[in-house]
Amino acid sequence: MFLRFSQTLLIYFLFFSYVESAESGGMPQLNPEFWFSQIFWLIITFGIMFILLSKLVLPKISENLEVRKAQILENIEAAEKKREESDKKLKEYDQLILNSKNEAKNYFNKAREKILKDVDKKRESLEKEINEEVSNAEKEILDLKNKSPEKIRKISVETSSDLIKKLLGIEVNNSSISAIVEDVSRKTN
Amino acid sequence: MASNPMYQFNVYRIGPEIKLGEVDLSFTNASLFMVISSLAVLIVFNLGSKKNSLIPNKIQLLAELSYTFVSKMISDTAGSKAKPYFSFIFSLFMFVLFCNMFGMIPYAFTVTSHIIVTFVLATFIFFGVTIIGFIKHGFGYLKLFVPSGVPVVLLPLIVIIEVISYLSRPVSLSVRLFANMMAGHTMMKVFGGFVISLGIVGGWLPLGFSVALTGLEILVAFLQAYVFAILTCIYLNDALNLHH
Repeated sequence: MFLRFSQTLLIYFLFFSYVESAESGGMPQLNPEFWFSQIFWLIITFGIMFILLSKLVLPKISENLEVRKAQILENIEAAEKKREESDKKLKEYDQLILNSKNEAKNYFNKAREKILKDVDKKRESLEKEINEEVSNAEKEILDLKNKSPEKIRKISVETSSDLIKKLLGIEVNNSSISAIVEDVSRKTN
Repeated sequence: MASNPMYQFNVYRIGPEIKLGEVDLSFTNASLFMVISSLAVLIVFNLGSKKNSLIPNKIQLLAELSYTFVSKMISDTAGSKAKPYFSFIFSLFMFVLFCNMFGMIPYAFTVTSHIIVTFVLATFIFFGVTIIGFIKHGFGYLKLFVPSGVPVVLLPLIVIIEVISYLSRPVSLSVRLFANMMAGHTMMKVFGGFVISLGIVGGWLPLGFSVALTGLEILVAFLQAYVFAILTCIYLNDALNLHH
Protein backbone atom coordinates (compact mmCIF):
# COMPACT_ATOMS: atom_id res chain seq x y z
CA MET A 1 0.00 0.00 0.00
CA PHE A 2 2.81 2.35 0.90
CA LEU A 3 4.56 1.41 -2.29
CA ARG A 4 1.45 2.36 -4.18
CA PHE A 5 1.27 5.61 -2.31
CA SER A 6 4.86 6.52 -3.13
CA GLN A 7 4.12 5.65 -6.72
CA THR A 8 1.24 8.09 -6.63
CA LEU A 9 3.51 10.78 -5.30
CA LEU A 10 5.95 10.13 -8.10
CA ILE A 11 3.15 10.25 -10.64
CA TYR A 12 1.96 13.51 -9.18
CA PHE A 13 5.33 15.09 -9.75
CA LEU A 14 5.65 13.62 -13.23
CA PHE A 15 2.31 15.05 -14.29
CA PHE A 16 2.85 18.29 -12.51
CA SER A 17 3.67 20.36 -15.57
CA TYR A 18 0.92 18.76 -17.63
CA VAL A 19 -1.73 19.61 -15.04
CA GLU A 20 -0.43 23.10 -14.54
CA SER A 21 -1.20 23.90 -18.14
CA ALA A 22 -4.66 22.33 -17.94
CA GLU A 23 -5.61 24.28 -14.82
CA SER A 24 -8.30 26.80 -15.59
CA GLY A 25 -9.53 28.53 -12.43
CA GLY A 26 -12.89 27.73 -10.78
CA MET A 27 -13.83 24.37 -9.41
CA PRO A 28 -12.27 21.35 -11.08
CA GLN A 29 -15.26 19.40 -9.79
CA LEU A 30 -17.48 21.08 -12.36
CA ASN A 31 -15.24 20.22 -15.26
CA PRO A 32 -17.04 17.33 -16.99
CA GLU A 33 -13.93 16.07 -18.75
CA PHE A 34 -13.40 13.08 -16.43
CA TRP A 35 -16.93 12.60 -15.11
CA PHE A 36 -17.55 9.43 -17.01
CA SER A 37 -14.17 8.09 -16.04
CA GLN A 38 -14.93 8.77 -12.40
CA ILE A 39 -18.36 7.16 -12.63
CA PHE A 40 -16.91 4.17 -14.43
CA TRP A 41 -14.12 3.60 -11.94
CA LEU A 42 -16.39 4.27 -8.98
CA ILE A 43 -18.77 1.56 -10.17
CA ILE A 44 -15.91 -0.86 -10.77
CA THR A 45 -14.03 -0.31 -7.51
CA PHE A 46 -17.07 0.03 -5.30
CA GLY A 47 -18.78 -2.87 -7.05
CA ILE A 48 -15.84 -5.22 -6.63
CA MET A 49 -15.36 -4.15 -3.05
CA PHE A 50 -19.05 -4.61 -2.31
CA ILE A 51 -19.20 -8.05 -3.90
CA LEU A 52 -16.06 -9.29 -2.15
CA LEU A 53 -17.15 -7.84 1.19
CA SER A 54 -20.67 -9.22 1.05
CA LYS A 55 -19.72 -12.63 -0.32
CA LEU A 56 -16.47 -13.40 1.48
CA VAL A 57 -15.56 -11.06 4.29
CA LEU A 58 -18.73 -10.02 6.08
CA PRO A 59 -20.21 -13.54 6.41
CA LYS A 60 -16.95 -14.61 8.01
CA ILE A 61 -16.98 -11.76 10.51
CA SER A 62 -20.61 -12.46 11.30
CA GLU A 63 -19.81 -16.14 11.76
CA ASN A 64 -16.89 -15.28 14.03
CA LEU A 65 -19.15 -13.12 16.14
CA GLU A 66 -21.80 -15.84 16.29
CA VAL A 67 -19.24 -18.43 17.29
CA ARG A 68 -17.94 -16.20 20.05
CA LYS A 69 -21.47 -15.47 21.27
CA ALA A 70 -22.30 -19.17 21.31
CA GLN A 71 -19.06 -19.97 23.08
CA ILE A 72 -19.71 -17.35 25.74
CA LEU A 73 -23.27 -18.56 26.25
CA GLU A 74 -22.03 -22.11 26.53
CA ASN A 75 -19.42 -21.10 29.04
CA ILE A 76 -21.99 -19.19 31.07
CA GLU A 77 -24.24 -22.23 31.05
CA ALA A 78 -21.41 -24.46 32.16
CA ALA A 79 -20.51 -22.03 34.90
CA GLU A 80 -24.14 -21.94 36.05
CA LYS A 81 -24.19 -25.72 36.17
CA LYS A 82 -20.98 -25.82 38.13
CA ARG A 83 -22.37 -23.30 40.56
CA GLU A 84 -25.51 -25.33 41.10
CA GLU A 85 -23.40 -28.39 41.64
CA SER A 86 -21.24 -26.64 44.14
CA ASP A 87 -24.33 -25.32 45.91
CA LYS A 88 -25.58 -28.87 46.18
CA LYS A 89 -22.24 -30.05 47.45
CA LEU A 90 -22.22 -27.26 49.98
CA LYS A 91 -25.64 -28.29 51.24
CA GLU A 92 -24.51 -31.90 51.46
CA TYR A 93 -21.49 -30.80 53.37
CA ASP A 94 -23.61 -28.77 55.75
CA GLN A 95 -25.89 -31.76 56.27
CA LEU A 96 -22.90 -33.95 56.91
CA ILE A 97 -21.49 -31.55 59.44
CA LEU A 98 -24.88 -31.30 61.17
CA ASN A 99 -25.23 -35.08 61.30
CA SER A 100 -21.79 -35.60 62.67
CA LYS A 101 -22.37 -32.89 65.24
CA ASN A 102 -25.54 -34.63 66.37
CA GLU A 103 -23.74 -37.92 66.48
CA ALA A 104 -20.95 -36.44 68.50
CA LYS A 105 -23.48 -34.97 70.91
CA ASN A 106 -25.12 -38.37 71.23
CA TYR A 107 -21.81 -40.03 71.92
CA PHE A 108 -20.96 -37.41 74.45
CA ASN A 109 -24.30 -37.75 76.21
CA LYS A 110 -24.03 -41.52 76.28
CA ALA A 111 -20.52 -41.37 77.62
CA ARG A 112 -21.55 -38.90 80.29
CA GLU A 113 -24.46 -41.03 81.38
CA LYS A 114 -22.26 -44.06 81.55
CA ILE A 115 -19.64 -42.24 83.53
CA LEU A 116 -22.27 -40.83 85.86
CA LYS A 117 -23.66 -44.28 86.39
CA ASP A 118 -20.22 -45.70 87.04
CA VAL A 119 -19.45 -42.94 89.44
CA ASP A 120 -22.73 -43.52 91.25
CA LYS A 121 -22.05 -47.22 91.50
CA LYS A 122 -18.55 -46.67 92.75
CA ARG A 123 -19.70 -44.10 95.20
CA GLU A 124 -22.33 -46.44 96.51
CA SER A 125 -19.91 -49.27 96.97
CA LEU A 126 -17.41 -46.95 98.54
CA GLU A 127 -20.04 -45.59 100.89
CA LYS A 128 -20.97 -49.09 101.84
CA GLU A 129 -17.37 -49.95 102.52
CA ILE A 130 -16.89 -46.80 104.51
CA ASN A 131 -20.00 -47.47 106.53
CA GLU A 132 -18.77 -50.95 107.24
CA GLU A 133 -15.39 -49.70 108.28
CA VAL A 134 -16.97 -47.06 110.45
CA SER A 135 -19.22 -49.58 112.13
CA ASN A 136 -16.27 -51.93 112.63
CA ALA A 137 -14.24 -49.13 114.10
CA GLU A 138 -17.12 -48.16 116.35
CA LYS A 139 -17.44 -51.73 117.51
CA GLU A 140 -13.76 -51.91 118.24
CA ILE A 141 -13.91 -48.64 120.11
CA LEU A 142 -16.86 -49.93 122.08
CA ASP A 143 -14.98 -53.13 122.77
CA LEU A 144 -11.96 -51.24 123.88
CA LYS A 145 -14.13 -49.02 126.05
CA ASN A 146 -15.74 -52.04 127.65
CA LYS A 147 -12.42 -53.74 128.23
CA SER A 148 -10.53 -50.73 129.50
CA PRO A 149 -11.72 -50.77 133.21
CA GLU A 150 -10.63 -54.36 133.51
CA LYS A 151 -7.24 -53.54 132.13
CA ILE A 152 -6.89 -50.46 134.24
CA ARG A 153 -7.72 -52.47 137.26
CA LYS A 154 -5.17 -55.09 136.36
CA ILE A 155 -2.52 -52.43 135.68
CA SER A 156 -3.31 -50.66 138.90
CA VAL A 157 -3.14 -53.94 140.85
CA GLU A 158 0.21 -54.73 139.29
CA THR A 159 1.63 -51.25 139.83
CA SER A 160 0.39 -51.12 143.42
CA SER A 161 1.85 -54.58 144.18
CA ASP A 162 5.14 -53.43 142.60
CA LEU A 163 5.05 -50.21 144.65
CA ILE A 164 4.37 -52.05 147.90
CA LYS A 165 7.13 -54.48 147.21
CA LYS A 166 9.62 -51.71 146.53
CA LEU A 167 8.54 -49.41 149.33
CA LEU A 168 7.80 -51.89 152.06
CA GLY A 169 9.72 -54.84 150.85
CA ILE A 170 6.95 -57.20 151.49
CA GLU A 171 5.09 -59.57 149.34
CA VAL A 172 1.35 -58.82 149.31
CA ASN A 173 -1.37 -61.06 148.15
CA ASN A 174 -2.74 -60.02 144.82
CA SER A 175 -6.34 -60.72 145.70
CA SER A 176 -6.30 -58.35 148.71
CA ILE A 177 -4.79 -55.60 146.54
CA SER A 178 -7.40 -56.10 143.89
CA ALA A 179 -10.07 -55.86 146.55
CA ILE A 180 -8.65 -52.54 147.70
CA VAL A 181 -8.34 -51.23 144.11
CA GLU A 182 -11.88 -52.19 143.48
CA ASP A 183 -12.94 -50.38 146.53
CA VAL A 184 -11.03 -47.20 145.54
CA SER A 185 -12.23 -47.23 141.98
CA ARG A 186 -15.80 -47.60 143.12
CA LYS A 187 -15.34 -44.60 145.40
CA THR A 188 -13.85 -42.47 142.60
CA ASN A 189 -16.51 -43.47 140.20
CA MET B 1 3.27 23.22 -5.78
CA ALA B 2 0.55 25.36 -7.16
CA SER B 3 -0.69 27.98 -4.75
CA ASN B 4 -4.26 27.77 -6.02
CA PRO B 5 -6.23 26.05 -3.23
CA MET B 6 -8.47 24.40 -5.80
CA TYR B 7 -5.51 22.83 -7.53
CA GLN B 8 -5.65 19.79 -5.28
CA PHE B 9 -9.01 18.78 -6.75
CA ASN B 10 -7.72 18.48 -10.30
CA VAL B 11 -8.28 15.18 -11.99
CA TYR B 12 -5.74 14.04 -14.52
CA ARG B 13 -4.99 10.98 -16.51
CA ILE B 14 -2.57 8.36 -15.25
CA GLY B 15 -1.29 6.03 -17.86
CA PRO B 16 -2.81 5.53 -21.30
CA GLU B 17 -6.00 7.06 -22.59
CA ILE B 18 -8.89 4.60 -22.55
CA LYS B 19 -11.78 5.54 -24.76
CA LEU B 20 -15.07 3.77 -25.22
CA GLY B 21 -16.42 5.34 -28.35
CA GLU B 22 -16.58 9.03 -27.55
CA VAL B 23 -16.46 8.48 -23.78
CA ASP B 24 -13.17 8.92 -21.93
CA LEU B 25 -12.74 6.20 -19.30
CA SER B 26 -9.03 6.76 -18.60
CA PHE B 27 -7.48 5.76 -15.33
CA THR B 28 -7.02 8.96 -13.32
CA ASN B 29 -5.67 9.94 -9.92
CA ALA B 30 -9.27 9.77 -8.69
CA SER B 31 -9.51 6.19 -9.96
CA LEU B 32 -6.22 5.42 -8.24
CA PHE B 33 -7.53 6.55 -4.89
CA MET B 34 -10.78 4.68 -5.37
CA VAL B 35 -8.71 1.56 -5.99
CA ILE B 36 -6.50 2.29 -2.97
CA SER B 37 -9.47 2.91 -0.69
CA SER B 38 -11.41 -0.17 -1.71
CA LEU B 39 -8.27 -2.29 -1.55
CA ALA B 40 -7.52 -0.95 1.92
CA VAL B 41 -11.04 -1.76 3.06
CA LEU B 42 -10.73 -5.27 1.67
CA ILE B 43 -7.29 -5.83 3.20
CA VAL B 44 -8.27 -4.55 6.64
CA PHE B 45 -11.48 -6.55 6.84
CA ASN B 46 -9.99 -9.63 5.28
CA LEU B 47 -7.19 -9.60 7.86
CA GLY B 48 -9.79 -8.94 10.54
CA SER B 49 -11.84 -11.99 9.60
CA LYS B 50 -9.08 -14.44 8.78
CA LYS B 51 -8.29 -15.82 12.20
CA ASN B 52 -11.12 -16.53 14.54
CA SER B 53 -9.71 -16.37 18.02
CA LEU B 54 -11.96 -16.21 21.03
CA ILE B 55 -10.05 -13.22 22.28
CA PRO B 56 -9.61 -11.09 19.17
CA ASN B 57 -6.33 -9.50 18.18
CA LYS B 58 -6.18 -5.82 17.28
CA ILE B 59 -7.17 -6.01 13.63
CA GLN B 60 -9.90 -8.54 14.35
CA LEU B 61 -11.21 -6.31 17.11
CA LEU B 62 -11.25 -3.38 14.68
CA ALA B 63 -13.17 -5.38 12.08
CA GLU B 64 -15.65 -6.74 14.60
CA LEU B 65 -16.19 -3.38 16.26
CA SER B 66 -16.89 -1.81 12.86
CA TYR B 67 -19.25 -4.65 12.04
CA THR B 68 -21.22 -4.29 15.26
CA PHE B 69 -21.14 -0.49 14.98
CA VAL B 70 -22.73 -0.48 11.52
CA SER B 71 -25.07 -3.33 12.39
CA LYS B 72 -26.30 -1.45 15.46
CA MET B 73 -26.67 1.76 13.46
CA ILE B 74 -28.86 -0.02 10.89
CA SER B 75 -31.03 -1.84 13.39
CA ASP B 76 -31.46 1.36 15.44
CA THR B 77 -32.58 3.52 12.53
CA ALA B 78 -34.19 1.12 10.07
CA GLY B 79 -35.24 -1.81 12.24
CA SER B 80 -34.72 -5.52 11.69
CA LYS B 81 -36.20 -5.44 8.18
CA ALA B 82 -33.09 -3.64 6.94
CA LYS B 83 -30.85 -6.61 7.63
CA PRO B 84 -30.56 -7.73 3.97
CA TYR B 85 -29.09 -4.33 3.09
CA PHE B 86 -26.42 -4.54 5.76
CA SER B 87 -23.53 -5.40 3.47
CA PHE B 88 -24.36 -2.57 1.10
CA ILE B 89 -24.54 0.04 3.84
CA PHE B 90 -21.41 -1.37 5.43
CA SER B 91 -19.54 -1.16 2.12
CA LEU B 92 -20.86 2.34 1.54
CA PHE B 93 -19.81 3.55 4.98
CA MET B 94 -16.37 1.98 4.73
CA PHE B 95 -15.78 3.21 1.20
CA VAL B 96 -16.69 6.80 2.04
CA LEU B 97 -14.78 6.65 5.32
CA PHE B 98 -11.62 5.30 3.73
CA CYS B 99 -11.82 7.75 0.82
CA ASN B 100 -12.20 10.62 3.28
CA MET B 101 -9.37 9.38 5.46
CA PHE B 102 -6.99 8.78 2.57
CA GLY B 103 -7.77 12.33 1.51
CA MET B 104 -6.26 13.51 4.78
CA ILE B 105 -2.80 12.32 3.74
CA PRO B 106 -0.84 15.25 2.28
CA TYR B 107 -0.68 15.25 -1.52
CA ALA B 108 -3.36 12.56 -1.64
CA PHE B 109 -6.50 12.98 -3.69
CA THR B 110 -9.89 13.06 -1.98
CA VAL B 111 -12.30 11.01 -4.04
CA THR B 112 -15.34 12.22 -2.12
CA SER B 113 -14.53 15.88 -2.76
CA HIS B 114 -15.95 15.47 -6.24
CA ILE B 115 -19.65 16.11 -6.67
CA ILE B 116 -19.95 13.57 -9.44
CA VAL B 117 -18.77 10.73 -7.20
CA THR B 118 -21.03 11.56 -4.28
CA PHE B 119 -23.89 12.31 -6.65
CA VAL B 120 -23.63 8.92 -8.29
CA LEU B 121 -23.62 7.22 -4.90
CA ALA B 122 -26.57 9.32 -3.68
CA THR B 123 -28.55 8.77 -6.89
CA PHE B 124 -27.96 5.06 -6.70
CA ILE B 125 -29.21 5.08 -3.11
CA PHE B 126 -32.18 7.25 -4.08
CA PHE B 127 -33.29 4.96 -6.88
CA GLY B 128 -32.57 1.87 -4.86
CA VAL B 129 -34.62 3.09 -1.92
CA THR B 130 -37.48 4.19 -4.17
CA ILE B 131 -37.57 0.82 -5.93
CA ILE B 132 -37.50 -1.02 -2.61
CA GLY B 133 -40.36 1.16 -1.38
CA PHE B 134 -42.51 0.44 -4.42
CA ILE B 135 -41.75 -3.28 -4.26
CA LYS B 136 -42.65 -3.46 -0.57
CA HIS B 137 -45.74 -1.27 -0.61
CA GLY B 138 -46.80 -0.98 -4.26
CA PHE B 139 -48.52 2.31 -4.95
CA GLY B 140 -49.12 2.61 -1.23
CA TYR B 141 -45.60 3.94 -1.07
CA LEU B 142 -47.00 7.22 -2.40
CA LYS B 143 -48.65 7.65 1.00
CA LEU B 144 -45.21 8.77 2.09
CA PHE B 145 -46.09 12.14 0.55
CA VAL B 146 -49.36 12.45 2.45
CA PRO B 147 -48.66 12.93 6.13
CA SER B 148 -51.51 11.98 8.45
CA GLY B 149 -53.25 14.55 10.62
CA VAL B 150 -52.91 17.45 8.17
CA PRO B 151 -55.92 19.70 7.43
CA VAL B 152 -57.39 18.96 4.00
CA VAL B 153 -56.97 22.58 2.94
CA LEU B 154 -53.23 22.40 3.41
CA LEU B 155 -52.87 18.97 1.86
CA PRO B 156 -51.99 20.01 -1.75
CA LEU B 157 -49.28 22.32 -0.48
CA ILE B 158 -47.89 19.72 1.93
CA VAL B 159 -47.82 17.05 -0.76
CA ILE B 160 -45.90 19.34 -3.11
CA ILE B 161 -43.40 20.15 -0.37
CA GLU B 162 -43.00 16.49 0.51
CA VAL B 163 -42.43 15.52 -3.11
CA ILE B 164 -39.83 18.24 -3.55
CA SER B 165 -38.04 17.25 -0.35
CA TYR B 166 -38.07 13.62 -1.44
CA LEU B 167 -36.70 14.44 -4.88
CA SER B 168 -34.00 16.67 -3.42
CA ARG B 169 -32.67 13.85 -1.25
CA PRO B 170 -29.92 12.77 -3.64
CA VAL B 171 -28.84 16.39 -4.07
CA SER B 172 -28.70 17.13 -0.35
CA LEU B 173 -27.00 13.82 0.39
CA SER B 174 -24.33 14.27 -2.26
CA VAL B 175 -23.75 17.98 -1.77
CA ARG B 176 -23.38 17.57 2.00
CA LEU B 177 -20.51 15.15 1.65
CA PHE B 178 -18.84 16.82 -1.30
CA ALA B 179 -19.09 20.35 0.12
CA ASN B 180 -17.78 19.30 3.52
CA MET B 181 -14.78 17.57 2.05
CA MET B 182 -14.02 20.30 -0.46
CA ALA B 183 -14.41 23.13 2.03
CA GLY B 184 -12.20 21.47 4.61
CA HIS B 185 -9.43 20.68 2.19
CA THR B 186 -9.58 24.12 0.62
CA MET B 187 -9.35 25.75 4.01
CA MET B 188 -6.35 23.65 4.97
CA LYS B 189 -4.66 24.57 1.73
CA VAL B 190 -5.39 28.27 2.29
CA PHE B 191 -3.92 28.19 5.78
CA GLY B 192 -0.95 26.23 4.47
CA GLY B 193 -0.45 28.96 1.89
CA PHE B 194 -0.54 31.58 4.67
CA VAL B 195 2.21 29.75 6.51
CA ILE B 196 4.44 30.02 3.46
CA SER B 197 3.60 33.61 2.59
CA LEU B 198 3.91 34.93 6.16
CA GLY B 199 7.23 33.16 6.64
CA ILE B 200 9.10 32.35 9.84
CA VAL B 201 7.80 35.42 11.71
CA GLY B 202 4.07 35.42 11.12
CA GLY B 203 3.58 31.87 9.93
CA TRP B 204 3.11 30.33 13.36
CA LEU B 205 -0.50 31.38 13.81
CA PRO B 206 -1.77 29.87 10.53
CA LEU B 207 0.40 26.84 11.25
CA GLY B 208 -1.47 26.39 14.54
CA PHE B 209 -4.74 26.79 12.68
CA SER B 210 -3.56 24.23 10.17
CA VAL B 211 -2.79 21.74 12.94
CA ALA B 212 -6.16 22.33 14.58
CA LEU B 213 -7.92 22.06 11.23
CA THR B 214 -6.23 18.74 10.55
CA GLY B 215 -7.78 17.33 13.71
CA LEU B 216 -11.12 18.84 12.82
CA GLU B 217 -10.95 17.49 9.29
CA ILE B 218 -10.24 13.97 10.54
CA LEU B 219 -13.33 14.30 12.70
CA VAL B 220 -15.31 15.63 9.73
CA ALA B 221 -14.04 12.79 7.55
CA PHE B 222 -15.46 10.27 9.99
CA LEU B 223 -18.59 12.25 10.73
CA GLN B 224 -19.53 12.78 7.08
CA ALA B 225 -19.10 9.10 6.31
CA TYR B 226 -21.30 8.34 9.31
CA VAL B 227 -23.90 10.91 8.26
CA PHE B 228 -23.91 9.54 4.73
CA ALA B 229 -24.51 6.03 5.99
CA ILE B 230 -27.09 6.97 8.59
CA LEU B 231 -29.09 9.07 6.10
CA THR B 232 -29.11 6.07 3.81
CA CYS B 233 -30.49 4.06 6.72
CA ILE B 234 -33.16 6.68 7.35
CA TYR B 235 -34.24 6.67 3.70
CA LEU B 236 -34.27 2.89 3.80
CA ASN B 237 -36.40 3.06 6.93
CA ASP B 238 -38.93 5.22 5.06
CA ALA B 239 -39.06 2.63 2.30
CA LEU B 240 -39.30 -0.41 4.59
CA ASN B 241 -41.57 0.86 7.34
CA LEU B 242 -44.06 3.33 5.98
CA HIS B 243 -44.86 5.54 8.94
CA HIS B 244 -47.16 8.16 7.51
